[in-house]
Amino acid sequence: MDDFMAARSQMALSLGFHIIFACIGMVMPFFMAVSHFYWLRTKDEIYKNLTKAWSKGVAIFFATGAVSGTVLSFELGLLWPEFMKHAGPIFGMPFSLEGTAFFIEAIALGFFLYGWDRFNPWFYWFTGVIVGISGLASGILVVAANAWMNSPAGFDYVNGEYINIDPIAAMFNDAWFSQALHMCIAAFVATGFAVAGVHAFMILKSRNVRFHSKAFKIAAIFATVAAVLQPLSGDISAKDVAQRQPAKLAAMEAHFHTEEAAPLILGGVVDEEKEEVKYAIKLPGMLSFLAHGDFKTPVTGLDQIPENEQPPIAVTHYAFQIMVGLGMIMLLISVIYFIALWKKPGWLNSKWLLKLFVAATPMGYIAVEAGWTVTEVGRQPWIIHGIMRTADAVTPMPGIIYSFYMYTAIYVSLSIIVIFMLYRQIKMVDKLYDNQP
Amino acid sequence: MIYVVIAFLWAAIWLYLLLGGADYGAGIIELFTSKTNKERTRITLYSAIGPVWEANHMWLIIAIVILFVGFPEIYATMSVNMHIPLTVMLLGIIARGTAFTFRHYDAVVDDMQHVYNRIFAYSSFITPLFLGIIAGSAVSGRIDPEATDFLSAYIYSWLDWFSISVGLFTVAICGFLAAIYLIGETDSKEEKRMFVSKALRLNIAAVVCGALVFLAATYEQIPLLDWVFGNIYGTLAIVAATLSLILLWYMLYKGESRGIRILAGFQVTMILFTTTYRHFPNIVILKNGGYLSLLEHRGHDKTIETLGWALLIGSIFILPALFYLIYSFQKRKANVH
Repeated sequence: MDDFMAARSQMALSLGFHIIFACIGMVMPFFMAVSHFYWLRTKDEIYKNLTKAWSKGVAIFFATGAVSGTVLSFELGLLWPEFMKHAGPIFGMPFSLEGTAFFIEAIALGFFLYGWDRFNPWFYWFTGVIVGISGLASGILVVAANAWMNSPAGFDYVNGEYINIDPIAAMFNDAWFSQALHMCIAAFVATGFAVAGVHAFMILKSRNVRFHSKAFKIAAIFATVAAVLQPLSGDISAKDVAQRQPAKLAAMEAHFHTEEAAPLILGGVVDEEKEEVKYAIKLPGMLSFLAHGDFKTPVTGLDQIPENEQPPIAVTHYAFQIMVGLGMIMLLISVIYFIALWKKPGWLNSKWLLKLFVAATPMGYIAVEAGWTVTEVGRQPWIIHGIMRTADAVTPMPGIIYSFYMYTAIYVSLSIIVIFMLYRQIKMVDKLYDNQP
Repeated sequence: MIYVVIAFLWAAIWLYLLLGGADYGAGIIELFTSKTNKERTRITLYSAIGPVWEANHMWLIIAIVILFVGFPEIYATMSVNMHIPLTVMLLGIIARGTAFTFRHYDAVVDDMQHVYNRIFAYSSFITPLFLGIIAGSAVSGRIDPEATDFLSAYIYSWLDWFSISVGLFTVAICGFLAAIYLIGETDSKEEKRMFVSKALRLNIAAVVCGALVFLAATYEQIPLLDWVFGNIYGTLAIVAATLSLILLWYMLYKGESRGIRILAGFQVTMILFTTTYRHFPNIVILKNGGYLSLLEHRGHDKTIETLGWALLIGSIFILPALFYLIYSFQKRKANVH
């Protein structure tokens, strides 16, 4: 692995690690707020305990997410100084606003974690909601910055100079809305399914069933509603990418040859040499329809993209398939859950439904990682689409490979510790709240 | 507007040094506390920094965002030549932040606590050490953006006696701030006495390290004496800081916990003022005698303009909320007493 690949891998690792914690930090506060709301309304002790139990999880994830986010703000410069030198002043606006949002989140969390029973209950509840709203705002702003890399705006690039800079226009670039929407819903899907899965598992083990059932329901409803909305936002994103980054769309679909009534490829093995996808199911005209809203319109293939501007095809394609596949499974589970809620209440207590949710526990996060791989790898070889190549942005410092090994070791051990702590938290639910049946 | 942005940058560094410094210092104190007192110290420490520690951390992020948005060239140069100390500092931040949270939120209390404690205490020492090293290197004139060989570009840019002494000085200051802060946070007489003696020792350590900085500067041929005493404001600030030290010890003797905080804060402020005033608007001195200046190496006007507004609007939201957070937890403590 050369230094350039090491730098890319380290960045991918750091972002891949951070994204999980960021999603949890964005979504969990809303779950807590709901549970907390029920506690204030019904005075059912279970909701109080649930809020407290969840808030401990949030504290662990928030702290880890905060430090990994701090690391990222430095890593941008440590790994990509040339990029930051030019891009910083243009796409920095969302980052400076994100600083504010994150600060407010940290303050509100300070109240929330340390202020139980010390404030007016509704003020206290409100601080929890603020944590969620500012977390969500942070997420939207950071994604807006990433969207700028896909859809550069707010400057003119003349003879290698960045002039007429307009940070506001850069923030509201063409991709910000579709990307931010997709990411926010994804955060709800992923966190919702993960939390619902853990609680479903505990119900199956007959541990504190009332406690875990209430927790399951809150998480499952958020998860399933989001999972139903996600394909719609995915469609907006796909049409957007087809317009702005045809190379990325072509790589996502492993669409080698420009053609009319382009087929949608499901599964299969990509052969980059022979420019074909073997053993795949092809749905004629569907790609044209999904990309352009019409079964006939031609879709740009990789043959129209110069070879040195093509992203890695196989990785992008597989990642995209994984994301969509998992999204579809979660959509299906959601539909089943809705049927159970409205028509077949008997299903709600059945083991198979809970087992479905247990099986879906990691799916949302795998889909998030896959989707993020699609957008980042699919943008290559550019760091700023069409303007600056990633290879030109990397730090001149040699030996990044060692830095990559070190970060890998740290993130792997942190992940192990977090999982270990979470396991202990869940195991202790019995002891901490054992006055509950 | 550029001055608004610079003021925010300075304020962020200042607040990080004061609040974050006390935060790090708490860990440093833990590192140098005898085994028997450790558990008690830990509890006081947690109740003192728990609610605000996330917020303290934000000042660093604000400073870094201001740098990379408003002064990208300075950020890029520092990122390249300070890669190694920055990475070490980041490791410290990761280790410290996670260990602090883990030890509190681990549902099961067992041997893992020792691991968390040790990591927390050591990283509390290493992080400010490297923060200081980076700050020292910024003015030591060793950064050479044109260097091509590994050692002079990435190692000697920060590895010198001056920067290391600045690092140690920073550690001592952090510990001192924390000791002063914790005196007012505890009720037990015995613990108070312990923190007072810690404050005294760390104060001596800070003075010694400060002297070391001057010695190292002479050795490395950095005209530090001239920077500090070559202008009337620098001299005044140092004299004021020294005089206030006497007052501080008098108040400490009297048991005025609020007064000593203000004075300790004042001293640190004076030190930061002196070190930044002389060079303003330059913040990095390069090996070839050139400078990276906050005025010359700033981003485009429009960027500075929007950044300034973003900071102003942001502070309208942040400051009242932050004050209310600190106020409510202070008041609660007063009620408990």
